Amino acid sequence: MIVADKKPVEEIIDYVTDCKNILVLGCNECVTVCEAGGKKEVEVLASTLRMCFLNQGTEVSIDEITLERQCDHEYLEEIRDVADRYDAIISLACGVGVQFMAEKYHSVPIYPGVNTCFLGATEKRGLWTERCQACGNCMLAITGGICPVSRCAKRILNGPCGGSSNGKCEINKDLDCAWQLIIDRLKALDRLEDYEKICSIKDWSTDRAGGPRKVVREDVQS
Amino acid sequence: MSVKTPSKLEKILSSGNLAVTSECGPPRGSDPKAVTKKAEMIKDYVDAVNITDNQTSVTRMSSLAACIHLKLMGVEPILQMVTRDRNRIAIQSDILGAASFDIFNMLCLSGDHQSFGDCPQGQNVHDLDSMQLLQTVHLMRDEGKFLGGADIKRPPQMFVGAAANPFADPFEIRVPRLAKKIASGAEFIQTQCIYNVDKFEEWMKQVCDRGLHEKVYILAGVTPLKSVGMAKFMKNRVPGMDVPDDIVKRMADTPKEKQPEEGINICVETIERLKSVEGVKGFHIMAIEWEEKVPGIVERAGLYPRPEIGAEN
Ligand code: SF4
Ligand code: SF4
Repeated sequence: MIVADKKPVEEIIDYVTDCKNILVLGCNECVTVCEAGGKKEVEVLASTLRMCFLNQGTEVSIDEITLERQCDHEYLEEIRDVADRYDAIISLACGVGVQFMAEKYHSVPIYPGVNTCFLGATEKRGLWTERCQACGNCMLAITGGICPVSRCAKRILNGPCGGSSNGKCEINKDLDCAWQLIIDRLKALDRLEDYEKICSIKDWSTDRAGGPRKVVREDVQS
Repeated sequence: MSVKTPSKLEKILSSGNLAVTSECGPPRGSDPKAVTKKAEMIKDYVDAVNITDNQTSVTRMSSLAACIHLKLMGVEPILQMVTRDRNRIAIQSDILGAASFDIFNMLCLSGDHQSFGDCPQGQNVHDLDSMQLLQTVHLMRDEGKFLGGADIKRPPQMFVGAAANPFADPFEIRVPRLAKKIASGAEFIQTQCIYNVDKFEEWMKQVCDRGLHEKVYILAGVTPLKSVGMAKFMKNRVPGMDVPDDIVKRMADTPKEKQPEEGINICVETIERLKSVEGVKGFHIMAIEWEEKVPGIVERAGLYPRPEIGAEN
């Protein structure tokens, strides 16, 4: 899923400081799972803003809505009738949702309420970690199912570097060295000899490097 | 191993002499004397000098520019290049730039992560890794081709090397990893600084058991310790460094003013012991900001005078 984290509330207040009608718009997908932008977080942010404006003595109306998804036309249409009542919408969806909202509702300013962080998983409640950088050319088959692109601090495809120490990455003792994980996994699969296969120079044109990407599937287009 | 380039370092190694290399870190400024003064101190005692490439990710004068200063004063440079800061366009371009000054040696590295340096907020590139950089230099040199497939007019003639850390984890792949570097085209290896000679010997034995010592020239890395503080720092803070307790103790048991001398004694003893290790073809003496000690170490270790073999020009 897409993992996001809450933005500091001071930053959000700065965006909406002169607004009178604000909508806090949550999303029921990834950001709900990572507890950054679901119904619960919408409530918390809305109450915090209300308190804050109350303390300042300004009268501001703040509504709360949480959509099924913000990255989908169909669900975004649900606020068609109410959207232009607001002079600011704070979207707690990931960057995709925020942009999709902005594309759809031209005349209302949309502000991001979360920092979109990475593609990752919940290790345990309150701990999310990165697993994929969407390089567009998945190489997990040759790395024992562990991704060096997203999990090695240097994206080394023939690792580990000399800084790997006690299974940890040179940049941080709390971070597993991806290449230690790959080697452990190859060993568990009884495929350690595969370690000696050299990974050739990667085609990064399917990655961010190639510019904004698109997936076109004529077979499913109607 | 037949000689493939005009590199003096390659000639010395292939002639069977123990080679000696050292390194200079370029300055945090543009004064060329900061490079040439260091090189002047050591030039008669070493065969070639590595110029580090923004080591520990701290911004410095470019390695290539500093190599050119060395070359112009008649010292043989080894251009270090990390993959952290350059994409494949910049890498190939810098290789050609170096070749245009007849720089004949190159060391391919991935580089420390930028979070260690003075620009922790910067991007890193890592378009290639160190093994892919080795492959790139070979393609350019042996086939005279760019990565894009086009022909190179006057291809570079680089003797190509890589680093190896016999002490890094996981230990079980340290030798396979060396094999991979050789398969990628490494012709010489400069190792991480060796303080744990027992562990190094264990690694070298495995290297020789696989016959890898016949495919690559291994230069054993040594760094004289200046103080017990440095020994502890290297032991505890530098990733992938193995400083055994008895070395730290030996430094700690030495009075402070004698510690630099003791550090050099340890270094000379290490070289003496490593000379008899099968597969060791030379030494890489990294005296960090202590270049003036290199001549003494080389002399005391019985590696002076250096063989009279010049690079072709
Ligand atoms: S190899 Fe690419 S697509 Fe596969 S997990 Fe890693 S970043 Fe994602
Ligand atoms: S220590 Fe491991 S994860 Fe960290 S940069 Fe080196 S190879 Fe990558």
